[in-house]
Amino acid sequence: METTARQKVLWTIGITLVLIFALLPVLWIISLSFKTPATITDQSFIPTEFSLDNYKSLFEGGISESPFIKPLINSLGIALITTFVSIVLASFAAYAIARLEFPGRSLMLGGALAIAMFPPISTVGPLFDMWRTLGLYDTWLGLIIPYLTFSLPLAIYTLVAFFREIPWDLEKAAQMDGATPFQAFRKVIVPLAAPGMFTAAILVFIFAWNDFLFAISLTSSDASRTVPAALAFFTGDSTFTQPTGSIAAAAVIVTVPIIFFVLLFQRRIVAGLTSGAVKG
Amino acid sequence: MAEIVLDKVTKKYGDGYEAVKSMDLEIADGEFMILVGPSGCGKSTALNMIAGLEDISEGELSIGGEVVNNRAPRDRDIAMVFQNYALYPHMTVRENMGFALKLAKVDGKEIDAKVEEAAATLDLTEHLDRKPANLSGGQRQRVAMGRAIVREPKAFLMDEPLSNLDAKLRVQMRTEVAELQDRLGTTTVYVTHDQTEAMTLGDRVAVMKSGVLQQVDSPGNLYNDPVNLFVAGFIGSPSMNFIHGQVNGGEVELPFATIPLNDDLKGAAGGDREVICGIRPEHFEDAELIGDHLGDGVTFEAKINLVESMGSELYAYFESGSEESGKVEEAASAAGLEALAGGDAGQVVTRLPPESKAKRGETLKFWVDPDRLLFFDPESGNRLKS
Repeated sequence: METTARQKVLWTIGITLVLIFALLPVLWIISLSFKTPATITDQSFIPTEFSLDNYKSLFEGGISESPFIKPLINSLGIALITTFVSIVLASFAAYAIARLEFPGRSLMLGGALAIAMFPPISTVGPLFDMWRTLGLYDTWLGLIIPYLTFSLPLAIYTLVAFFREIPWDLEKAAQMDGATPFQAFRKVIVPLAAPGMFTAAILVFIFAWNDFLFAISLTSSDASRTVPAALAFFTGDSTFTQPTGSIAAAAVIVTVPIIFFVLLFQRRIVAGLTSGAVKG
Repeated sequence: MAEIVLDKVTKKYGDGYEAVKSMDLEIADGEFMILVGPSGCGKSTALNMIAGLEDISEGELSIGGEVVNNRAPRDRDIAMVFQNYALYPHMTVRENMGFALKLAKVDGKEIDAKVEEAAATLDLTEHLDRKPANLSGGQRQRVAMGRAIVREPKAFLMDEPLSNLDAKLRVQMRTEVAELQDRLGTTTVYVTHDQTEAMTLGDRVAVMKSGVLQQVDSPGNLYNDPVNLFVAGFIGSPSMNFIHGQVNGGEVELPFATIPLNDDLKGAAGGDREVICGIRPEHFEDAELIGDHLGDGVTFEAKINLVESMGSELYAYFESGSEESGKVEEAASAAGLEALAGGDAGQVVTRLPPESKAKRGETLKFWVDPDRLLFFDPESGNRLKS
């Protein structure tokens, strides 16, 4: 189908509208983060007095004083560990589900889906009690475990779809070439499923990075509080100032890793990597 | 270098289905053995069992004198070429071909040398650093072969390696495969459903049907001396004609002719009985063109209902006029010859020289060679031999 000039114009208008709708709040937050406390309520989209004070204040006082540095480290650490563990476990599980015939295979997939559907809010109360008893309350592990529970189904689902696309003959060929089943998995299947792994990794990372519910409920101090939860505890410069500027600046900073990750991995998520494996 | 011996090898699936039934086959060292049969006959399963990709349910498989039933594919030292090539798409041609050696922890320089040697043999040198996606079908096929030969394994297993190529390339690669195998002298098991490939490539051909090995013999013997209806019908193109006949005294009465029997055929029939008579298309001739041999055979007239000209030869079809063709269909169906079971049993195809004046709708005088008849039992489908 040929695109006419009319279609192009309409598409451009449509896309612009969607972009404005999606990005305006982001731009607003960025604008707020550059304003001084005096001009923060001046309702001007472009800061009248441009300042970096909000950003500076976040990091003032180093790791011990700043309300932001420790949560940022927590967020990064917890999200990265969750992503890594989740992808390793999910790739084993997904490989088994995609390749092996075993009883309860569909039950496993169904179960994973059910867990993903389960409302997290209903688990928070019991978890709070259990974690306090087990000593997991306010620890990294205390957040990583529930994050794994909710991100694994997602990762398994994504990876099963990718593994199913890989011709089984490649694995047989690797075995004939002298590979052990694990070598065949690591040297042939994993590189081919890389786009799927990266897709799943981004999804899991974003989930863990963005979570607020578990972070606010299962933490009580900077020992494990992540950024989304820490934002709620920000205070202004004096008792009577709102910490709007600092929150805006923190929000901008936590958005950066997500954009970075997506851009970084996007280059790896190239379709058609498997083309040419078998008859084309 | 090794011989491969299958001793009552059986593949039984969990649901009780037997894909390969008690298969006995001895493949000599350096031999080019073809497994041929229609799809679903168990030939690929048999190959996968030799490869170790499928477990052997019963029986014993030995390679080079050692029983390998319980060895993983990587410990059997055999290479396989897959129907869809199964090249690793993320590796270059060089890495694809060297993968097995790398896994075997062969020294890097040695890998390079071996890969380059194999690439030179297969005319792939200039493509060594390309990825499979950028190669043509024929080149991919050669890379798959290269991956197998680099390892210098005890045996090659090939699973319909040419079936994804176009017709012209297939013929060319067929020659190359045959030459390669001849030069390397490595024991090779080659699976195909294409009887032409089977006939042209192999030292010996094993014909399979429904998991049962029917006959193992040289291509010539399979063609001239088939053991049953299935082998007779499967090998040869166009297929052998099967006509219902009645042996009476020293003659067999066919619907269109009565043919006197030689001693062999008399012995085969062993008295008066019903038979299915098999006659290859080329054993009919145009009586006008047969010349001096006219007296050696039997002539009859039949109305031609179809002529196909191939340029170098002519296929002329006529109705056998048999009232018993249902019996032939039944026997063919029982033997697993789907094409005949479909209702063409009444048609007789003859192969005539291009000079023949055979025309559709006209009556032609045919000549048939009485010594080239084959008799089959209508009940069992087995060949009747003296």
